[in-house]
Amino acid sequence: MIQKEIANLAEAVRDIPDGAVILSSGFGGAGLPTELLEALFEQGAKNLTFISNNAGSGSNGIAKLVIAKRIKKMICSFPRQKEEWTFDEQYRAGLIALELVPQGTLAERIRAGGAGIGGFYTPTGFGTELAQGKDTKIIDGVSHVFEKAIKADYAFIKAKKGDRWGNLVYHRTGRNYGPIMATAAKLTIAQVDEVVDLGELNPETIITPGIFVQRIVNVGKRDSKS
Amino acid sequence: MIDLSQVKKRSTADIAKRIVQDIPDGAYVNLGIGQPMTISNYLPADREIVLHSENGLLGMGPLAEGDDIDEELVNAGKQPVTMVLGASIFHHADSFVMIRGGHIDVCVLGAFQVSVKGDIANWRTGDPKATPAVGGAMDLALGAKKLFVMMEHLTKSGQSKLVTECTYPLTALAAVDCIYTDLATIAVIPEGLLAIDWVEGLSFEALQELSGVPLKRLLKN
Repeated sequence: MIQKEIANLAEAVRDIPDGAVILSSGFGGAGLPTELLEALFEQGAKNLTFISNNAGSGSNGIAKLVIAKRIKKMICSFPRQKEEWTFDEQYRAGLIALELVPQGTLAERIRAGGAGIGGFYTPTGFGTELAQGKDTKIIDGVSHVFEKAIKADYAFIKAKKGDRWGNLVYHRTGRNYGPIMATAAKLTIAQVDEVVDLGELNPETIITPGIFVQRIVNVGKRDSKS
Repeated sequence: MIDLSQVKKRSTADIAKRIVQDIPDGAYVNLGIGQPMTISNYLPADREIVLHSENGLLGMGPLAEGDDIDEELVNAGKQPVTMVLGASIFHHADSFVMIRGGHIDVCVLGAFQVSVKGDIANWRTGDPKATPAVGGAMDLALGAKKLFVMMEHLTKSGQSKLVTECTYPLTALAAVDCIYTDLATIAVIPEGLLAIDWVEGLSFEALQELSGVPLKRLLKN
């Protein structure tokens, strides 16, 4: 029998070691697995590398780990945020490393990692400072930059509903990086608002097939509209 | 020195309305954060123009208010928005397949500088105190079928934002198709910059002088 549902958040993040490389879904607060990030904060792992669109939002989630100096490196497309300057301060002081990636390249590097592709050539970024030191190639007359795939030890994702096989559906633009990040980690942990019986999710509308998810934890209903 | 007191500059709303004239019925359009987003207020009811949001939404509606606010339904600037009938939601890689794969018809971005070759600089000024952040700018600049730039013609200190070579860090090379400013509409063509129209009270010669880079014009002007 397959039972991916884990009893609680602490159990879901119990074995994450210091130095782990973690993908986290979320675009600002939308789709951010806040409860999993909070559980990781309580768990204590440090020297982490985080890959996410932003470097935290407000003082929750990734920002809370940044503030506690538990993250040594951020790979993201938009670290700047309103009314929270901890990341900027640590970045300027050299306490946190930043690998800045164009947003589409970030998404595609993760997708490639999940698909077993080593990397790819893209025109995005050619001739800019974000392409410095990277291989380039002219394909059909267009200049391309080589970008390496991203793989991680863990992925934290937020979904709306899941079942014990790990099948997932999402809520609106909270979907963002979840489906691709789920494919690119050795171990994917999904927090969901509701665990439903096997068979209840329509196979035609499942967004993330359970093969990509190893742990699922129910964090109860959020108070937003369905 | 050009006297700008007699010149009827376009307001941000005027620039937005001018851009809308060049967005055809049925177009899939991505509007950058900031000024370009205001274009959505001027889309005419008789044209179906579908707005794409890089975070995974096609068919974006106006900003959400009151009971319609859902923190999980946001635009690229992370503001709560609504969806129109026919909207669809997809993950980030698919969203950038739309952008990078050349499926978006028009993208409108702001810019610090645009060069005579259509190079664009819009993501950082190089200020060492500012944390760099790029978002989707580099993908959008190259991926959309047409890239429009919406910006002021001059900096606050009166320098032209049209330049021979961008001095700010580049977003993309040879990407811009048309520039819409408070003074003029200028197309980027293989031969350089072509002034399409300019505001009342401003002569072509004055526009040329203010712009600081060679402009061409059509014979009919």
